[in-house]
Amino acid sequence: MDVQTLLSLLFEPGFFTSEPVRTAAVIGAAAAIVSGVVGVFTVIRGQSFAGHSLADVSSAGGSAAFLFGINPLLGFLGMGVLAAMSMELVRADRASERDLVTGVVTGAGLGVAALFLYLDMTTSSTTGAAVTVMFGSIFAIPASLVPLALLVGAGALLAIGVLYRPLLLSSLDPDLAAVRGVPVRLMGLLFLIVVALAVALSAITVGAILSTGLLIGPAAIALHLAKRPGLAILLAAVIGVAVTWGGILVSYDSYEWTGGRGWPVSFCIVMLIFVAYAVVAQTGPARERRQEHPLPSGEKPHVTSAG
Amino acid sequence: MFEDFMVNTWIAATLVAVVAGIVGFFVVIRGASFAAHALPLSAFPGAAAANLVGVNPLLGLLVFSGLGVAGISQLARRGRRDLATALSLVMLLGLGALFLSRTTEYFQAVYALLFGEVLGVSNADLGPVALLGAVSVALIVILFRPLLLSSVSPELGEARGVSARLMEALFLSVVALATAMALPVVGALLVFSLMVGPASAARALTNRPLSAMLLSGAISVVTVWAAIALSFISDWPVGLFVGGLSALTYGAGRSWAWAGERGL
Repeated sequence: MDVQTLLSLLFEPGFFTSEPVRTAAVIGAAAAIVSGVVGVFTVIRGQSFAGHSLADVSSAGGSAAFLFGINPLLGFLGMGVLAAMSMELVRADRASERDLVTGVVTGAGLGVAALFLYLDMTTSSTTGAAVTVMFGSIFAIPASLVPLALLVGAGALLAIGVLYRPLLLSSLDPDLAAVRGVPVRLMGLLFLIVVALAVALSAITVGAILSTGLLIGPAAIALHLAKRPGLAILLAAVIGVAVTWGGILVSYDSYEWTGGRGWPVSFCIVMLIFVAYAVVAQTGPARERRQEHPLPSGEKPHVTSAG
Repeated sequence: MFEDFMVNTWIAATLVAVVAGIVGFFVVIRGASFAAHALPLSAFPGAAAANLVGVNPLLGLLVFSGLGVAGISQLARRGRRDLATALSLVMLLGLGALFLSRTTEYFQAVYALLFGEVLGVSNADLGPVALLGAVSVALIVILFRPLLLSSVSPELGEARGVSARLMEALFLSVVALATAMALPVVGALLVFSLMVGPASAARALTNRPLSAMLLSGAISVVTVWAAIALSFISDWPVGLFVGGLSALTYGAGRSWAWAGERGL
């Protein structure tokens, strides 16, 4: 079999020339990189639930954007930032209380999402807003959204870059960070806002409720493979881009296998993430240590600070 | 508001509220909000799958919430619980995205499953709701002491022969049952509001476990009744009011506890 045939087996015709695919690949990669980088901190800080909740609440913004005809990315973004601030502003010292606050904010935010989706449905019955907001539609992203998406992504990465040392310290050991004069609470707030940026990007890619996959999946895999935060961040970004592009490719190709019905991109990406995590969790170096000293929920993993 | 077609709604919503309030008490003291959020959400693709295969949606919900419990417990053995929860959740939701792309049922159905459809409760729906609710409450009653002990102090529980892992699995199963029961009525995303808001308020009002649990059930019922009434009057979705009122209840509970600490 020559290379040409192999390539055309792997990539169905038109994959590289299709405009929607190119837009999807660019925005998908941006979302994956930002989510991977931010995700490592999210996992270290034990804030998976907060990350997921921001996505849920931001869906209220996404559905409002449909209603008012504004840019969906801005909708997700606005509501996500609002949710991040309300979660951090309610003072919660214990982890279990923080969980409750997150849950209550999520419930209220989802209520608002219910309202906007309901209004979407009653005022314009043709748009599949609920499905698009919740599960994303990466091939339907207009190319005009690319500059804004890249800007948001760059902003999030820049923020992480600027905050890197104090954020890492306050994530690994809040008490030590406080002693060294790091404003731990402010870090928490700024970090959640950055998470909201990451989540908004993946919400338009894989949908609000699946953005958790891109945020947590690659980061969890990376932290299994690498113990040093810097390396884990790099790895998470690479894994994120790999599964996203892989998912787009599988989804695109699946139109051929399934007779034009295709598998949704979100499904393909999430499955790749899940399989990768399952494999790494079985074989990763972290396994024996975790089993000897099972971590109680909410406790931070033993990640050694880089230098 | 109390016309014939609303009678079933009131009955079903009351049953759901009582069960969610009671189960919610344990959700709050175990700090299991994420699991309580993830299980309903990951059960929801079950309804789409059932629709695809042509079986009773309730069966699909039960199977998928069971898968959620299995996924969380299995993955949590090798890693942290919040990661296990997040990853099981997205995996099942990913399947949901696939099933939804395969069904012709689209917009209304997805919306109803996510946010509930309290006005469409038929006589035939009431039976399963009552049955699953009764089983959930019965399990909580039977497990009350060991579950409470294991939730408050897993170490003490282990010392007295109560396996923390078994209690976790049983607890998640009860949440899953309550989920399957409540999902068709209040929707995947708001079962959870009912499990968290009223119970956290109740905990702020009393320190005694049994009173807190009963109070939580009562607050939950009042929340749901008010939400249905407001929804009926305004014609806005019931989910908005369930979520909003739960947040208000939580806020009220926090303020009460705050005032109590300062001797007001």
